[in-house]
Amino acid sequence: MTLYILRTLLKMVLTLFAIITLVFFATRMSGSPLDTALGDGLSAEDRALMIEYFGLDRSIWHQYLAYLRGILEGNFGLSFIERRPVADIVAERIWPTLQLLGSALALTLVVSVPLGVVAALWRDSWIGSAVMGLAFIGYAVPNFVIATFMVLIFAFWLNWLPVVGNGSPWHFIMPTIAMSGVLIAALTRFTRNAMLDVLGQDFMRTARAKGLPETIVILKHGLRNAGVTVLSVLGLQIAGMAAAGNVVVEAIFSWPGIGELLVSAAIMRDYPVLQFGVISVAFAVVVINALTDIAYVVADPRIRMAKG
Amino acid sequence: MTATTHVPSRAPFLLTLWRDSNAIQKVAALIGLSLVLMALLAPLIAPFDPLAQSLISRLRPPLGFDRYKDGFYLGTDELGRDVLSRSLHGLQLTLGLALAGATIGLLIGGTLGLFAGLRRGWAEDAIMAAVDLQIAVPFTLLALLILALFGSSLTVMICVLGIAGWEQYARIVRAEVRKITELPFIEAARASGGGQRYIALTHVLPNIVSPLVVQFTLSLSNIVILESTLSFLGLGVQPPTATLGSMVGYGRDYMPTAPWMVIAPAALIILVTFSVQILGDWLRDRADVRLRDR
Repeated sequence: MTLYILRTLLKMVLTLFAIITLVFFATRMSGSPLDTALGDGLSAEDRALMIEYFGLDRSIWHQYLAYLRGILEGNFGLSFIERRPVADIVAERIWPTLQLLGSALALTLVVSVPLGVVAALWRDSWIGSAVMGLAFIGYAVPNFVIATFMVLIFAFWLNWLPVVGNGSPWHFIMPTIAMSGVLIAALTRFTRNAMLDVLGQDFMRTARAKGLPETIVILKHGLRNAGVTVLSVLGLQIAGMAAAGNVVVEAIFSWPGIGELLVSAAIMRDYPVLQFGVISVAFAVVVINALTDIAYVVADPRIRMAKG
Repeated sequence: MTATTHVPSRAPFLLTLWRDSNAIQKVAALIGLSLVLMALLAPLIAPFDPLAQSLISRLRPPLGFDRYKDGFYLGTDELGRDVLSRSLHGLQLTLGLALAGATIGLLIGGTLGLFAGLRRGWAEDAIMAAVDLQIAVPFTLLALLILALFGSSLTVMICVLGIAGWEQYARIVRAEVRKITELPFIEAARASGGGQRYIALTHVLPNIVSPLVVQFTLSLSNIVILESTLSFLGLGVQPPTATLGSMVGYGRDYMPTAPWMVIAPAALIILVTFSVQILGDWLRDRADVRLRDR
């Protein structure tokens, strides 16, 4: 098992390295960042200063190594627009994003685990079909469409909820729902399938044969076993989906988090911010994936044995 | 003596597909078909030029409301352009982009997957490492980066959508190829002197068409969502050209006074993703023998 954990960690490090490399060369492939980002609005003097600072007159390999060294030293560059360290800019945005992610994940778990169990237990009746139909809708409607209709109805027509920012608990309602839509759809499907797998197992029959009440059989023996799968899906698939959805939803509701920062950096072409933002979100997702993978193996003795 | 082989009469594929479908799938198929027709015929059926502005008829509401202007059935936008005509042309561009993106993804992923499955060795390792990398990084982030770096032109957008789903094809094709190459008929082809390329094209490829068709349909709806999301954020095709997503994005500023600017394209997006997704699930269930009896 130690070997497996080491291999997963090594793979994680390699993936992170590949992401940095990819992002760096993508940025440089599009030409000198100074021309595309700042255009003509730069005096010759400033220009020389910027070239000197960013090392843009050196070879691309030199710049690459310098960038890597910078990352190892904790220096990720300066924002073109704000002229201060991108690490500071991103750091300020982490907390609002975590708050939104937290409330979205909580809503997702609270809604989709019961729905998934219900859909599995009554899979041949209309209840099961109704739940799966709802999950389907969550999959097929893009989150910005959900958000737009919610804003139209609850902010403009009914005037119930605020649209911009994160000032009060009311501000959380629409972004949380908009972000959770697709996550709920995905997790409901996974929970249902995990439950269906568990329901057919021998230990479920044994539990019933012992005379345990059905609720205990389902919750204690069924859900607890399906829960391992559900949690691993949460780490492996939902993390990436949440990162993508976060970008869109924060931009719509002007939520002062990382997603909104990325979109505005993309529109303003503030490469250092965009570069570091993309790298850090990708980092978070990759690390969560790896940890989930390891936790899954550690938690399940069958896999623990099989993977040595 | 003549041996008569009884050939069961087979109805055309599409007909049997239609006959075996349920009501929802039939509705989805009809909606999908009419959306495609609307997109193809957009230049003919759109009542107005989608770019023609008219300052005296700005922000007019749709048919049935006060201040409705004759002929502009779904109302007009902030520049007096006809929302219906713009939606039809936007639908055309959205579907066209999605089709182009999915096709590029299929070609890249299919080729790499075929290569990985047949060659094995380090080439396979390298390709599968790239697949893992693509899966690990949320693609929306990469798309933001690429669009910011290379500008938001039609070409860049098609490239982004093309890279968006290649890894799925690569994975499927590789897995199928590995399964098929174990089968006796491939060994027979090899024994009779067939070259690598000959085997790949005439024996392997025809046998993996059906999972590819399924994946293509399923990925179409993801690509429509990705494209409209990016266009919605203002990073897609630039104005005055519009896709459905960018119409929703720009219309958002006028939502309190002119919600029809947003509702029409948003409804079309939902219709597209719904019908495509239902069709994709339907094809998948049919292609997957294990699921068919459930």
